[in-house]
Amino acid sequence: MDFSLTPEQQALQDSVRRFCEREYGFEQRRHLLGSPEGFARANWATFAELGWLGAGLAEEAGGYGGGPVETMIILEQMARALVLEPFLSCAVVAVQAILAQATPEQRDVLIPAIVAGEMLAALAIGPETAAIRMSDGYVLNGRANFILGGPSADLLLVSARNGAGISLFQIDPASPGLTRHDYHAVDGRRVSDIVLESVRVGPDALLGKEGTAAPAIALAEDHAAIGLCAEAVGAMDTALWLTRDYIKTRRQFGQTLNTFQALQHRMADMLIETELARSMLYRGVAALAETDPAARRKGVSAAKVQIGEAGYFVGGQAIQLHGAIGLTEEYSVGHYFKRLTLVRGLFGTTDVHLARFAALRGAAP
Amino acid sequence: MDFTLNPADQAFQEEVRTFIRAHLPADIARRGRQGYHPRRDDVQRWTRILNEQGWAAPAWPAEYGGTGWSPLRRYLFQVEFHAAGCPVPDQSGFELVGPVLYSFANAAQKARYLPAIRNADEFWCQGFSEPNAGSDLASLKTRAVRDGDHYVVNGQKTWTSEAHKADMMFALVRTDPEARPQAGISFLLIDMKSPGLTVRPIYTINEGHSVNEIFLDDVRVPAENLVGEENKGWSYAKVLLNNERAMSAETAHTRHDLDLLKEIADGGADREPLFVAKMARLEIDLMALEYAVLRVLHMDAGDPALNSVASVLKIRGAELRQRVADLAVEALGDHGLAVYPDIEGQDNMDVLAPVPPAPELAAGVLSKSMFRRATTIYGGTNEIQRTIIAKSVLGL
Repeated sequence: MDFSLTPEQQALQDSVRRFCEREYGFEQRRHLLGSPEGFARANWATFAELGWLGAGLAEEAGGYGGGPVETMIILEQMARALVLEPFLSCAVVAVQAILAQATPEQRDVLIPAIVAGEMLAALAIGPETAAIRMSDGYVLNGRANFILGGPSADLLLVSARNGAGISLFQIDPASPGLTRHDYHAVDGRRVSDIVLESVRVGPDALLGKEGTAAPAIALAEDHAAIGLCAEAVGAMDTALWLTRDYIKTRRQFGQTLNTFQALQHRMADMLIETELARSMLYRGVAALAETDPAARRKGVSAAKVQIGEAGYFVGGQAIQLHGAIGLTEEYSVGHYFKRLTLVRGLFGTTDVHLARFAALRGAAP
Repeated sequence: MDFTLNPADQAFQEEVRTFIRAHLPADIARRGRQGYHPRRDDVQRWTRILNEQGWAAPAWPAEYGGTGWSPLRRYLFQVEFHAAGCPVPDQSGFELVGPVLYSFANAAQKARYLPAIRNADEFWCQGFSEPNAGSDLASLKTRAVRDGDHYVVNGQKTWTSEAHKADMMFALVRTDPEARPQAGISFLLIDMKSPGLTVRPIYTINEGHSVNEIFLDDVRVPAENLVGEENKGWSYAKVLLNNERAMSAETAHTRHDLDLLKEIADGGADREPLFVAKMARLEIDLMALEYAVLRVLHMDAGDPALNSVASVLKIRGAELRQRVADLAVEALGDHGLAVYPDIEGQDNMDVLAPVPPAPELAAGVLSKSMFRRATTIYGGTNEIQRTIIAKSVLGL
């Protein structure tokens, strides 16, 4: 075991941190929030140029030799600045679904395009979406909601079921019969709902084999959950120290707030939760490497429960210790709470993951 | 970063497991599944088996009979040790006074005391707390006055764990009442059979006897029993209090308790969903703490992040030990509310209560839950720990 970063990992972390310091000040981010896409294409091009879009992928998968640890490093650093670009939805979730499900030929088209920053993809999971097999392909009917990164996606990976099981289709969002409704998630990132009405696709739209995509979708969702956990740790840690600095300067009753023991102990609890969340994040990343899906799911669910709740506690208490200023849009701490709210609820709520963990009692912890 | 256990460490863990399975006497293993304090004769027998193997004092330096294991291997040893329900060797000897002795004692003291600890020939107790010196330990008043080649000790110690089973006590005593509180304290080794020393039991709410009060009335202690220099005792004690912080989470112990809880609850089968959820949440919190321990074990002493991670271990470890014990009581239903006396124990209250009809695993569960209230008090209360975090980690 080794919990320290390799020199390459340290360089990656430094590189993302420097980018955020340069490009992601509070006002710069506010400007992006109000822009049409809600992020900057120029930033995305920078991510590609610096190799971040392939940093979490093995070389044989079309990346630069990294894995979930590299992804975790990037997401944690980005969350410290509340980065808005669709890194998680495209470079992690969509990519993992493609790697697990696509044929080698499909993969060799899609992955290089994503890693080069030329294509944005998003996973659209719709449990009730149906795929009818035709002589010349498929017809899809149904819907998928809350597609993170949906509005900017050049390609949607849509799940749909028929008698053969669940399949994954690559679909152009401009396809006739597909309507997209775009909106803002709590943390300002953009999401979409889509409705599919007799959307016709050719046989080549099917990723891999028909009816076999359930394990790939489950894997992509597990990567999504751990990706959110990495974001949470970055956001928690930042909110914690922001709050600590604030209570050391804010004066009431003739003294700075940090002299009050009730607040000291609350901050100690926030630190405890943050350190345990970081510890659990490592355990969750380790679980992604489990070859037994049950063991993987158990480890991922444990991480999502613990980190989702810890993040919400730390974010909420960061506002509490700031007082009213913490509730304002003009101040950063509330924005960390928004991100942590998204983390807790997305890709499986606490209760869903707690129930899943409990049901997997036979699997290795 | 690499989160996998390497094959050599895996093989080590397997070796420990195999050894314990082959050598832990069956009657001790059975009592280890109960929540009572271990008996002195069980501890002694098991410690001697470990000492024979060279494993009695894994944390000590090799020259004093330690194993030379890495911190990770010491942790893996703990995991297997507790998973099998082994009785914990005399903690006051191995974890508290032992490290002070090999760090600060003279050669004669080391030779006299360390081998006797390793072989469980002598058991120790810690004479620190006093009626008016608990969290504020440095305000202690027990006085030691030099008289020729002896110290004459007068005062009172309390909450002294296992004093009634101990042969020796290491005590903090005031040797300079004029100096500032921390500067006038010395570290003295006192024979429990000394004339003028009286041990009185304190029965705790687990209806057992493990803590005591000790009265010292003109107790004459040879001056050669002073460790290190006079009036420097506080600095030795501080080293001791910081010792083995990674182990302070006691996750291996809690994992064993959780295994027993799962056994009581039959893994959650046929239980209310809310109970199953509580048990799952406990296990998840334990998983996080286990990884925090592993992080600490892999950090260099100079790592700036070490203090931050290590500071959470005692607080959360203590809370989890309580929560697991409490849920085990809940899991037993009415059986969890009945007094189930330690019929094989040696530390019962004067009159043994009648034994209620109850499942085998009920023995000791309530007793353990009651005594676990101590975990957030001893070794620095959780409130003291939070203040330490606020000041030393957060700089508040």
